[in-house]
Amino acid sequence: MAEYQTHQHDVLVIGAGGAGLRAAIEASAMGVSVGVVTKSLLGKAHTVMAEGGIAAALANVDDRDNWKVHFADTMRGGQYLNNPRMAQLHAQEALARVRELEAWGALFDRTPDGRILQRNFGGHKYPRLAHVGDRTGLEMIRTLQDHGVHTGIDVHMECTVLTLLTEGGRVVGAFGYDRERGRFKLFEAKAIVLATGGIGRAYKITSNSWEYTGDGLALAYHAGATLADMEFVQFHPTGMVWPPGVRGILVTEGVRGEGGVLTNKDGRRFMFDDIPALYKDTTADTPEEGWRYTQGDRSARRPPELLTRDHVARCIVREVREGRGSPHGGVFLDISWIKQRLSHAAEHIKKKLPSMYHQFKQLADIDITKEPMEVGPTTHYMMGGVQVDAETQMSSVPGLFAAGECAAGLHGANRLGGNSLSDLLVFGKRAGEHAASFAREHGAGHVDPHQVETAASEAVRPFERPPGGGPYQVQEELQEMMQNLVGIVRREEELTKALEEIRGLWQRARSVYVGGNREYNPGWHTALDLPSLLTVSEAITRAALDRKESRGAHFRDDFPSKDSAFAKFNIVVRKGPDAEMQVGREPVPEASPELRQIIEEMK
Amino acid sequence: METATFRIWRGDATGGRFQDYVTEVVPGMVVLDAIHDIQAKQANELALRWNCKAGRCGSCSAEINGMPKLMCMTRLSELPLAEPVIIEPLRSFPIIRDLVTDVSWNFQVKKRIKPFKPRKPDHEDGSWRMTQQDVNRVEEFHKCIECFLCQDVCHVLREHHLHDEFIGPRFFVHVAALEMHPLDTENRLEELRKTQGIGYCNITKCCTKVCPESIAITDNAIIPVKERVVDQFYDPLTRLFRIFRATAR
Repeated sequence: MAEYQTHQHDVLVIGAGGAGLRAAIEASAMGVSVGVVTKSLLGKAHTVMAEGGIAAALANVDDRDNWKVHFADTMRGGQYLNNPRMAQLHAQEALARVRELEAWGALFDRTPDGRILQRNFGGHKYPRLAHVGDRTGLEMIRTLQDHGVHTGIDVHMECTVLTLLTEGGRVVGAFGYDRERGRFKLFEAKAIVLATGGIGRAYKITSNSWEYTGDGLALAYHAGATLADMEFVQFHPTGMVWPPGVRGILVTEGVRGEGGVLTNKDGRRFMFDDIPALYKDTTADTPEEGWRYTQGDRSARRPPELLTRDHVARCIVREVREGRGSPHGGVFLDISWIKQRLSHAAEHIKKKLPSMYHQFKQLADIDITKEPMEVGPTTHYMMGGVQVDAETQMSSVPGLFAAGECAAGLHGANRLGGNSLSDLLVFGKRAGEHAASFAREHGAGHVDPHQVETAASEAVRPFERPPGGGPYQVQEELQEMMQNLVGIVRREEELTKALEEIRGLWQRARSVYVGGNREYNPGWHTALDLPSLLTVSEAITRAALDRKESRGAHFRDDFPSKDSAFAKFNIVVRKGPDAEMQVGREPVPEASPELRQIIEEMK
Repeated sequence: METATFRIWRGDATGGRFQDYVTEVVPGMVVLDAIHDIQAKQANELALRWNCKAGRCGSCSAEINGMPKLMCMTRLSELPLAEPVIIEPLRSFPIIRDLVTDVSWNFQVKKRIKPFKPRKPDHEDGSWRMTQQDVNRVEEFHKCIECFLCQDVCHVLREHHLHDEFIGPRFFVHVAALEMHPLDTENRLEELRKTQGIGYCNITKCCTKVCPESIAITDNAIIPVKERVVDQFYDPLTRLFRIFRATAR
């Protein structure tokens, strides 16, 4: 019999980034007991890295903005594979969620008349992102954290969940371990909210930290939930490319929002060379017009650097592949050129982009007020995830909810910058609220000791095996393989090869050996993360194989165009009865007549 | 290829020792890269915390050649690599294992600080008007990434272990951020004086020196809150006024 500590909560939230904390705060406000499990210390989640801002149609800077425009922008960005009801709720409720943060102590940059300032961002028609310089995520997570700790939430720091426990299809608890001592923990819960964020660690070059191994997606999948849109992985166009240790670390889109331009080694602004038809009318014709747009000229159209992320990333890949890249295999991103336009350019850059200034100065010895940065695409965000009900955020498993990056639906085929932080707040709140209602309406379930025993014995197996291959090697090979075969540009043979390799890596993951003991042992933690990474990698690959077209973040070299037949469905994966991964197609949720009209009017 | 030696503290609460690891060095590398390399190839179970690798999350705090620093922001080119690079865990907190310490005390301290309490919204939609100038005054404090390097270096905690009577520079910054928040209406000065030990700080500015976010902890946070405490509790006129006010009631 395995030894474990038992904790009881009405609602258990797994993950303590923006979505998890917002869900916990809401559930707690509904009067139920709430526990939060986080792999790291509180306040360290990836939300902290969000730079640009929170998208909400407050219309503080441009009074033409409203939720309908935000909704239409989100749908257009997602190539209409989004769940329209989620996109509507998001656009409508983001305003209140931002104001609420201010009521909890967040301090946003201000307009001259003292309201929340909003900035331009790719794909958003009007300046829409409430922000604090380029450290909006830090402000948001600290505000939620400081507010949350006073609401009676129990936080289990440095704890990882290994499996969800179910009873007759409904979720009744979770089982995991604490990193510090390696002790097992059983969490009995009436409802569970997954808020585990992304999957970046499945790739070699990523902006994500070690935590983002797709735990929530894998937990939900193995508990019987449906995953959707897994082929849509966002590669952010601008990550650092040098030095090697920081390759992949994000360079905010805010740099381009403030007037930064992308150039190749010949100094050409290559983004002007390829502007997609869908955006032709809303993109600047000349550098002059683009500059005026970034400086708030309402009659100007946006520069092509602010086209959607998938497009910008592919243009950069093209430049590098065709030999026009920068010395370290990227392209140049230059904000220093604005000194030609502004007399106080250096101060302006430091004020608007302090973290970027700091990051490049310290890590790459580059003064961004004087010289260009070198940037290239980095795995950034998972549009797909657990399929959820738009209103409640409940998955197909009763009692299991998902919010934020680990949930699917809002972003469709491509997410707009700034829509992530607002997503966390809007749907974190909804998930917390509905999980609390579910917990109230349903009594505690019964935990099957057999499920617990299986999970526990599975978890300690890496210590019991004969010394052999370590977990880091398997993880590294998986990352390398996904980067090469299931990356920005995909094709059938490579995807099929990837599936084969995943099968081999599963075998090796099942035989990894870990030395030492269970106390704060990162080797063991890495070994236990492998099954999640492999599950999501397989789901991404299978979905990518099935979508035989190019749309949003998913680009197929062998099917380089959009195919209207594929516009009608989302690809879903589920665990089959024989434990094989099944791929299916489901019609995209239909938009209400009102929403259809908005889409048509703003197309 | 060039190599460097890293002398890393390995052990747990019962004791430990330094162990040397030799690893390859490439241009642009930071300490965290070297430690990761050692962990992946030579010491799979070497315990450390890290997340963002960009100085944003404050997880990878350690003492590098005796200086509290973030491992992800310390470039090898800043260090004399002819000598072994000494990497130790933070000393002001109990050891868990290797470079990981038990920093939970910090989270408990924060929970005891009175939360933000805003004035009534200025508008019906729940919003307020604030000038950028007012926001700028506290913005600096909001940059804190909770790496706890300031707590580590503060002699009140490091040498005198007054964790029960003193909240440390990190939380003076937090209190300052709340006290100077343009909307806040709460008063936290009495606790600062009585239970949070503001008086123990003798402004040696060690905390300011190690702050990776370059927050002027002593000058902009601690000294102003010290002054507020003095104004409220020790200024003769204010005291007189308080007595009158109490009598009048």
